[in-house]
Amino acid sequence: MKVLKVGAAAATAVVLALTATACGGGSKDSASDAGASGGGKSDKIVIGIKFDQPGLGLKTPDGKYTGFDVDVATYVAKELGYQPDQIEWKQAVSAERENLISNGDVKFIAATYSINDKRKAKVDFAGPYFLAHQDLLVRTDDSSITKVEDLNKKKLCSVTGSTSAQNVKKDLAKDADLQELPGYSECLTGLENKAVDALTTDDSILAGYAAQEKNKGKFKLVGLKMSNENYGIGLKKGDKELQTKINAALRKMVSDGSWEAAVKKNLGPADYKNEPAPQITEGS
Amino acid sequence: MFDFLDSGQYDLLGAFWVTVQLTLYSAVGSLIWGTVLAGMRVSPVPLLRGFGTAYVNLVRNTPLTLLIIGCSLGLNQTMGVTLGGGTFKETGFRLAVLGLIAYTGTFVCEALRSGINTVPVGQAEAARALGLSFTQVLTLIVLPQAWRAVVAPLANVLIALTKNTTVAAAIGVAEAALLMKEMVENEADALFAVFGIFALGFCLLTLPTGLLLGWVAKRVAVKR
Repeated sequence: MKVLKVGAAAATAVVLALTATACGGGSKDSASDAGASGGGKSDKIVIGIKFDQPGLGLKTPDGKYTGFDVDVATYVAKELGYQPDQIEWKQAVSAERENLISNGDVKFIAATYSINDKRKAKVDFAGPYFLAHQDLLVRTDDSSITKVEDLNKKKLCSVTGSTSAQNVKKDLAKDADLQELPGYSECLTGLENKAVDALTTDDSILAGYAAQEKNKGKFKLVGLKMSNENYGIGLKKGDKELQTKINAALRKMVSDGSWEAAVKKNLGPADYKNEPAPQITEGS
Repeated sequence: MFDFLDSGQYDLLGAFWVTVQLTLYSAVGSLIWGTVLAGMRVSPVPLLRGFGTAYVNLVRNTPLTLLIIGCSLGLNQTMGVTLGGGTFKETGFRLAVLGLIAYTGTFVCEALRSGINTVPVGQAEAARALGLSFTQVLTLIVLPQAWRAVVAPLANVLIALTKNTTVAAAIGVAEAALLMKEMVENEADALFAVFGIFALGFCLLTLPTGLLLGWVAKRVAVKR
């Protein structure tokens, strides 16, 4: 393993050097923009969200942004003193979330971002603001899956490399026939054609798909709580001030009823029984 | 920085072994398919020539990701083609090899065709004068000389193929790129280390290939 590590370290250095030269421009531009707006507080806030998850963070064809994460981010931004028209949405693909934050490309990220220790080594979180569980989406007329053990004889589909897919392979159902595809929409094709029996990932994401107009009545959630995913808002490591402000905004969102309304609006149509708002555990 | 390698949670060698298998099966398949295509494109039969030209231009200009996902979503999920694979794992592997052969075959064909053009016309004319048929001219006289001229370009195609196997991760074939996706998902604190390992892994596969075939190309080239 020693040789492998030395070689990998060298390759890493090359990768770093290349990315440093390739992406050097981004942060400088935003700095000069902030200067151009007359110093002081810049009049825009950049927030990272998902663009491709209905019910959570979706960019609609006409260029609007909808979903629960979007509503939470909009509320938090308002509490930080930004109106909706001052928000610039940026796509935060799962693999790039940490780098977007640490490079300063976004102020914070609300994109089904589960809090875990490895991620906390790179970024800080506020929240959690939502508790999701890994679950299954099946065809409405299919009632053959009632417990986790039933999965071993089933065909499952999930997104390539995702935590949900790894959970299935490593502990939940080692014998299940798992297909990994690039996105959840591709899995839905298979589920509709009966090529697979179930689609597995966080129940919030599944609810978002099931609630879509074109999928109404076709699919249902099974309701197996196979894992706990605490969604947090990712922000720059060590920015205690922002963390405290966002936590306060999240508490206010829950207490004034906006949180419940946002869940119902975005995920309600799928008959999804969401967990109550979780206790804030990150920061203060 | 590389602590996560010691956890035993990632089967690096196994993943790269799948990459090697994908490469080898696809390489053999695309050599055969590419030779057939090249034969079609230089044949005297207009229908075969037309098919070869249309196929090469269509498939060569289609993104590989589209082909492979098309194999999975179109052939497998919609039409139920499994190619004899029982599980998604087997089926995915076979579909990926099919897609890679369909795609890489076009590049092999074009490399071979350029090789055929290096064979002086006099060779084919002399063979015809001896009374050999088109098939005999192609297989006995022209192709053996063409092959020797295109080892270097074919090495490029093979290296490209090795790297193209990563696209198979899109349909869930458990090769190196899929393991990398899993590591990126889990090791948020060591992203560059993960990239570094896989960059090194592919260099270890492709550099020797390039050096070896470069040497072979020099050895077998026809000195004219």
